[in-house]
Parts: sequence; C-alpha cells; structure tokens
Amino acid sequence: MTPRPGPFPGDDEPPEQVGAREPGEYRIPRPRASSHGSRGTRGSLGSVAGFGPHAADHRALRSLLGAWALHACSTEEADSVDRHLPHCTACRDEAERLRDAVRWLSPDDPLDLDPLLRARVLEVCLGRRPPRVPVPDWAAPYTAESARLDALLGSLGDEEWDTAVGLVWLGGARGFSVSGVLGHLAAVDGLVASVLGLADPLGEGAPRETVARTDAFARQHADRTHEEVRTLWRRQTHSIVRTAAFAGSGASRLSVNYGEFALPMREAFLDRAFECWIHADDIAKAIDYPYDAPAPEHLKQMIDATASLLPVAVAGRRRQGLAASRAKLVEAGAPGRSIRLEIEGPGGGDYYVPLDSPAALATAEESVAHIALDAVEFCQLTAGHRDPEAIAAGVDGDRDAVRDVLYAAASLSRL
Amino acid sequence: MQQRLARGEESALGELYDRFASLVHHLANKIMDDPEAAEQITREVFGYIWENPDAFDAKHGSLRSWVAALTHRQAVNRLRQVAHGATRDREAVEAKVHAASTAARADYIVSSMPYPLRQALDLAYKGKRNYRQAAAELGVSEDEARRRLRLGLQLLSTAADDPERQL
Repeated sequence: MTPRPGPFPGDDEPPEQVGAREPGEYRIPRPRASSHGSRGTRGSLGSVAGFGPHAADHRALRSLLGAWALHACSTEEADSVDRHLPHCTACRDEAERLRDAVRWLSPDDPLDLDPLLRARVLEVCLGRRPPRVPVPDWAAPYTAESARLDALLGSLGDEEWDTAVGLVWLGGARGFSVSGVLGHLAAVDGLVASVLGLADPLGEGAPRETVARTDAFARQHADRTHEEVRTLWRRQTHSIVRTAAFAGSGASRLSVNYGEFALPMREAFLDRAFECWIHADDIAKAIDYPYDAPAPEHLKQMIDATASLLPVAVAGRRRQGLAASRAKLVEAGAPGRSIRLEIEGPGGGDYYVPLDSPAALATAEESVAHIALDAVEFCQLTAGHRDPEAIAAGVDGDRDAVRDVLYAAASLSRL
Repeated sequence: MQQRLARGEESALGELYDRFASLVHHLANKIMDDPEAAEQITREVFGYIWENPDAFDAKHGSLRSWVAALTHRQAVNRLRQVAHGATRDREAVEAKVHAASTAARADYIVSSMPYPLRQALDLAYKGKRNYRQAAAELGVSEDEARRRLRLGLQLLSTAADDPERQL
C-alpha cells in the first residue's frame, strides 16, 4: 500500500487515509475507527462568533465544514465559517472540495430492478457456459419469488419494518410484523429444508403443522433484529435451492410432511414459491408498495400444482358434509362428472376437475359447469384472500358444482 | 462463492446475481444514462464472471469492489464507443466520460461508506436536518454529528480524483 498525502493538507493531525488505495482496486478508503469525537471543540460554538485567528477557533470552524457545506448549521455558524475562509487557505480548500462533493449526493434512490431481468441475465450466462449443477425447473419459481421478496425487503425503511401485516386465510386471520411474516416463511420453509438434510431452524423434534411452527419460530427467535431474521430466512432459501440442485431428480421423489398433509418435493417447492409471493404481496400492500404477480411461466407452474390439489379438496369437503352438489358413485378411472376451470390471462390454463371422486376421469363430455377466472384472482382465492361467494368469476351450469369447486379452492388456504 | 462458481453451480450464479445485480445495473445506468444499455452491461458483467470464475483474486480486495470495477470499466468503454460514434470531438468525449465516471464513482462511494456516515449525510441532505437535529435523531453528540458529515463529504470528494486511474 502506498499512502498518498491526504487531500486535506493543513489539517491539525496526520492526514486521514482518504486518498490512499492500492492500484487496480475499486475501493473506498475506510475512515479510522478511533474516537474522533474527543478532539476539537466541545459544546456550543457560540463563542466563536467574534473569532480571531486562534488555533481553537480554527479547529472549531474546521469541524463545522461538513455541516456548513450541507447547509446543516445555524446562520451564525455559517457566517463565522464564511468570515474565516478568506483568512485560511487550508479551510478554504477543504470547504470548496466539500461543497463540490455535495453535488455528487443524489436525492433519488436507485430505481428498482426489473424482476424479470434476473431470468434474462441467467439465461445469457447459462447459454455461454452450461451449468454442471443446474437448478431444477421446479425450483425456479421459488428462487425467483424469494429474490423478489428480498429486493422488496431491501427497499424498506427502518420504520416500515414495524408495519402491521395482516395474514388472512379461509376462516382465519393473524397480524404480524414484517419480520414475523419472514419468520412464518422461514419456519414453514424449514420443513423442506429438513427433508433435504439441512438443519431445521426450529431444531430437532419441532412440530410440523404450520401454525405451531410459526409460533415456535416467534418464541425461539423473539430477540432477533429484523436484519437477523431476514438473513436467516434468506440464507435458508439459498441453502434449500442449492441442496435441491445437488440432489437433482432424486429430490423430486421425496415427500414433505406438513403434519396434516404431505406434498411431493416438487409441489412443496411450488407451494413455498406461492406462499412467498402471497406474503410478499401482503407486506407490499401493508406499506402501500406496488408488487407484481410472478412471471407467467412460474405462475403457470404454481396454478398447475394448485389445480392438481382441487379434486382431493372437493372430496375432503364432501366427506365433511360441506359439499352442495350430490356425488354419483364412480369407479376409479371411469368418467364422472367434472367442472371446467378456465384460468385466464398470463399463467392460465384449462382444467377439468373431477367432482365425484379424485380417482374418476374428468372429461369434457361429462362437464356440468364452467368457471372462468383470472389467473391472479384464482391464486388470491386459493390463498383465502377472496370470498368464494363474491369472487369475480364467469360461471355457467350447475351452481352447486361451481360452489363446491370455489369453496374447495379457498379451503386450500392456510396460515 | 468463487469455488462454487468454478464448479458450475447454477445456484451460486443466482446468489451472485442477488447480491450484486442492483449494484451492477445502477453503476452501469449512472454511466450510460440508458436503462437498456445498463441491462446489456449487466448481462456482460455476469456473463464474464460466470465464464471466468478464476478472474477474481481475493488478494486485491473484496468481491464487491472487484465487481464494481469490472462494471465501471465495461460501462466506460461502452460509453466511449457510443460517444465516439456521435462526435469526432475527442475532448468532448473524454469530458463526458470523465463526468459520468465521476458520478458513478460518487454513487459507489456513498453506497459503500460506513453506515453511520451515510445515515448522517442522508439526514442532512435528504432530510434537511441541521447537525444538531441529526445528532439528536442519531443519539450521538453534536461533535460526532459534525464529524460524520465532514468525514462523509471528505470520502465523497475523492470521487473527483481522476476516477479512471483509481480502478
């Protein structure tokens, strides 16, 4: 390291290492970590108003130069500096330099990055050099949604972290802070992590059910700062993706146990991507930020996975006596009544949902009703954010069947 | 990170992007003043790192400062090409490159300076607080508030010191 003289000659102490750097480096000089506050003048500067060319006044005025350049001192202080400058070359040079530096301060925060840029940049890279350990397709939505949420978190001011965020599902609602929401995400992501052989953030023998895990996380990590919770959540998302990439197709055969139900690894990743988006959207709404829907190809994967859960959800409500339409007895694999679910817009698709039994064959011929619904609205419905009775959907045919499917969709929601 | 990139882990590339994309895009945009050109540079920078995972040497500084230097060089070269295409006035081109380069470096300095200094500058500049109010909000002495403002500006003022030679 070759220290150059500091750019502020005439200072009353050795030059700060402001100008020193190694060649070939893009690095800003570090300020010294010593206790600067102890030197120079103390307390009120009122006494310097009628200054003379004394060392004490010089030091006092010099210490004011930053505030002076930023118009962040009193008029009397600014006047004292102005009167001092013509008599003191060192202060005058520094004052000019600092005034110039103020021009480089930018009143605007950097623009938010286009979230779709990530996929475009990675595609270029992977086209030039194919990865030896690729990230599976089914992990891409989770990767993208956690990156989007992290970018949102990066733009939050300290006070915004304290905003109350309401999480709503069919038949329930709870309030969280922003870090509480992250804790909830990290706690449930931990189910996936532990199946992949990573440490469960709640430790061994933790509950598997999502509400219990969320509460356990809140208890265990109550004393963490929001930055620590964010780091914990973010590191875990990275580890999960990395480990899934190494496990490759082997991982897709694993099953993730949520306590009351289980999902194949692939569906669990899509579920976690979905939850990450929905809760990021909850946070964004609470602080009045705009937040887009996922990329269409990711939304499509999530909606496919959700639609595949509908037949079992319909049957589950039927078993609980909640179904409105009456089922016909159908043998497994034989055609039964179905409903056509047309999800419109980017990420949408066309689905036939069997109504009589999840094992029945759902065909267009046996369709008794038709629901047309926007892709994002459908997701909001399955997240429990829309009333199945009041959702803006185009419906046609057997009303009871329509009701059963809309309620089954909403019943997929949970904390 | 570097080893994982060298091993061809796609997940490492994703993490690299998540850490540095906004730095790269913002620096490039500051120099080019053109979001599309900035996106192109972002692709080139990450493409270069992914294809040359051994190019970074930790002996010469942090990964962050290396990525910033790479971006800066790439953007300045591009700006020079574009500017030379538009005019034959070599001096005008260099003046433009110098101004853009300095502005980008200043931004980098602000984004990299120790948080307490940046916080104080933000309060005074964006928040229009005087140093006494800033001191009260930060819970530090008035001496300390003045010191932070002065030191923050001193750091920032080095942006004008021939920014390209500093890369």
